[in-house]
Amino acid sequence: MNTQPTVPPLLAANPRLDRWVGFPAPGRVTVSTGRVEIGQGVLTAMLQIAAEELDVAPERIQLQTGDTDLTPNEGYTAGSQSIQFGGVALRLACAEVRALFLDHAAASLGYSRPDLSVRDGAISLRGQPTGQDYWSLAAAVDLRRDATGRAPTKRVGDYGVVGQNSPRLDLAAKVFGEPIFAHDMVLDGMVHARVVRQPRRGAAIANFDEAALRRAAQGPIEILRQGNFIAILGADETVVEAVAAVASGHVAWDGVDAINPFQEEARWLLQQPSIDQTIGPAPSSEPIPGTTRYEATYTRMHVAHASVAPSCGLAVYRDGRLTVWTHSQGVYPLRAALARTLKLDPAAISVKHVQGPGCYGHNGADDAAADAAVIAFHRPGQPIKVRWRREEEFGFEPVSPAMVTTARAALDASGRPVDWTTEIWSGRHTSRPGGGGNLLAAEALPDPPPPPPAVEGGYPPGAGTRNGEPLYDFPAKRIVHHLVAETPVRTSSLRGLGATLNVFAIESTMDELAERAGQDPVAYRLSVLSDPRARAVVEHVARISGWQAGLPSGTGHGRGIAFARYKNMAAYAAVVADVEVEESVRLARVWCAADAGLVINPDGAINQLEGGVIHAASWTLKEGVRLDGAGISSRDWESYPVLRFSEVPKVTVELIDPGADRPCLGVGEASGGPTVAAIANAVAHALGTRLRDLPLTRERIMAALIKA
Amino acid sequence: MQSTSLTVNGSAVRVTADGDTPLLDVLRNHLGLLGTKFGCGQEQCGCCIVLVDGHPEKSCGKPLSTMAGKAIVTIEGLGTPDRPHPLQQAFLDEQAGQCGYCLSGILISAKALLDHNPSPSRPEIAAALDDNICRCGSHVRILRAVERAARLLREGAAR
Repeated sequence: MNTQPTVPPLLAANPRLDRWVGFPAPGRVTVSTGRVEIGQGVLTAMLQIAAEELDVAPERIQLQTGDTDLTPNEGYTAGSQSIQFGGVALRLACAEVRALFLDHAAASLGYSRPDLSVRDGAISLRGQPTGQDYWSLAAAVDLRRDATGRAPTKRVGDYGVVGQNSPRLDLAAKVFGEPIFAHDMVLDGMVHARVVRQPRRGAAIANFDEAALRRAAQGPIEILRQGNFIAILGADETVVEAVAAVASGHVAWDGVDAINPFQEEARWLLQQPSIDQTIGPAPSSEPIPGTTRYEATYTRMHVAHASVAPSCGLAVYRDGRLTVWTHSQGVYPLRAALARTLKLDPAAISVKHVQGPGCYGHNGADDAAADAAVIAFHRPGQPIKVRWRREEEFGFEPVSPAMVTTARAALDASGRPVDWTTEIWSGRHTSRPGGGGNLLAAEALPDPPPPPPAVEGGYPPGAGTRNGEPLYDFPAKRIVHHLVAETPVRTSSLRGLGATLNVFAIESTMDELAERAGQDPVAYRLSVLSDPRARAVVEHVARISGWQAGLPSGTGHGRGIAFARYKNMAAYAAVVADVEVEESVRLARVWCAADAGLVINPDGAINQLEGGVIHAASWTLKEGVRLDGAGISSRDWESYPVLRFSEVPKVTVELIDPGADRPCLGVGEASGGPTVAAIANAVAHALGTRLRDLPLTRERIMAALIKA
Repeated sequence: MQSTSLTVNGSAVRVTADGDTPLLDVLRNHLGLLGTKFGCGQEQCGCCIVLVDGHPEKSCGKPLSTMAGKAIVTIEGLGTPDRPHPLQQAFLDEQAGQCGYCLSGILISAKALLDHNPSPSRPEIAAALDDNICRCGSHVRILRAVERAARLLREGAAR
């Protein structure tokens, strides 16, 4: 009667159990995960999952992460998928290992299998010690076999480690200043390197005054040139950094067309050629009888990752083997891209993850690693460390694309949509290097790869289209997507992808529709929202924020609400924001209620949701990449301001327990879109007029007030 | 090249380097104290803040030539896992951090505040940390941790 269980994809791709779990020494367990720590605390949760299913104390486990020599290939640590998918694979692998040991103990020692259990690695018979444990049986239980996915996992009710707050594994080293970041790595005999960046894809060196560059150096340097790739090397980082800062003045480039600075605002997208797609029922060409029409357009500028430190990579090429240390989100995809760039066998490359500054998507990490790899390849035996300069990070990281989203609805007599369209214009949100090109160093080398193809992942979950479909009960819903392939600057994924603007557009619209219908925004949403878990987060955030219907607008004090389920398949989140607006916005308080299903580490999940609220508040109030003719012109923290401590609101985050054994839902990006929209709705409430273009800066508020 | 004497975390050191070398590079590359971080090199982000004669200063913008005879305190001078400074203990208690790259600068800024103001209000704490950028959004926990550290320090002083 047993049907074949579905092995989760990440376990199917990495079936060998010994790739996940090992027992290297008495009392010690190694657990491998392809997931990497990018500031989100995921390793702590992975350790909890493994400790729970193996029934060993967490202290016994040594985690191996993100290393092409050691760990499973799980692609990228991205998309709020680590727990929802990676955790499920790890849980099943650990459960199967435990079952194999119990099977072996029962068969070889003549015990009844149902009487056996594991406690902290020791095998007991009806609760009594057997004298056997994982380590005494390790030689006899061969884990060099493929997982079947058939082993039973623990019941949620039996959990002792999962679901408990667990302190982050990585935090102590950070508060004691231990050298744990890639930036802190010192390899024996290492030299420092900086790259003189090709201003844009296809640009060619017209003139390079190498002698002048050498004269500008305050100490010994070496110069490496390969095609349009120039690197400056030296033992003294101070010397290398100083000369790199002036190096661009000694290189002239051909093939650099000026950018139109008008492209920093998103509406230029509307005039561009695009790859078009409709998801959902075809739109009606005729107005729907008995309905009235709503349409409004919302925009966002390009947004930078702006990690707190610039990217860093290290590499050494020795005896035909290339070893790379990186804070990339994906060691295997980076290895594949480096293999193609350097025409090496992937088996001759090891890529190892080391922690870096907080990572919110495809930033400069892969590029810095590629810089180091290319230089190391041309300097065999010489360990190389590349740390980007701050202005290089701002100027050359792939940014999140500018976007335009139009919400269009046909409303029935009660003011509720019977037909809904979200029409989206956007550059690409995914251009990671795994698929081929898009490593800056590779583009500068002789024989550069073709540009990455203009494709995005399908919907759902989509990329630019992400969350384009409202979760509300509208009879007909569609997304019309215009993917603009040519953008003035390189774009790729940033926390939330298209969901940030799409949720802003949809949830701003919901507030406007509520107002037209003469209803409170909470009540209006609930009247078209039947998913009980969605209703629960909206009702919960209304309760904890003390939501009151009918507060007057235009008083300078404003309150707004917004809701989304990230990707329509990850965690649910509802947010209420309180603002005070005079010439600019002061964000006073934010409440967030979320349902993430089974939560491995509640404090870790809350930390992620809180971080998402503050990150999104910064996007909403401050962030937009500035362009000039040469490209990105906001190249420091003054021209790209972010939220500072004095501007941070009080934040309350509460998790809702969905009550039954519910699967884990990814939480890392869930609070962003709703926070943006809740703040915008609060600002509209405070002003009595609505701003539809992000960020909501002082200049835009003044302009809106004058217009009103 | 010149030889400069200064005190770092209570120890006298002599550094031979160009006088223009930023204090940050001296700490990281000449003295091997890697706890202080490079963030921007433009005195805008606070990752590299250390105490110079008790004042929080951005070490990326302080040339070695101006540091002769100064007393420097870095994150390594605060406490150790066995003997954590109350600030470090409080940051662990509150789980105040995500990527943690900004934390050494923030802990030093907070120490400078608590050294002269043992009972800061939350706005005073926020103002003292405005030179430090945290990009992961750990601000709320960090503010709470500094309040907790102030409490721990006051209780320690009262005993």
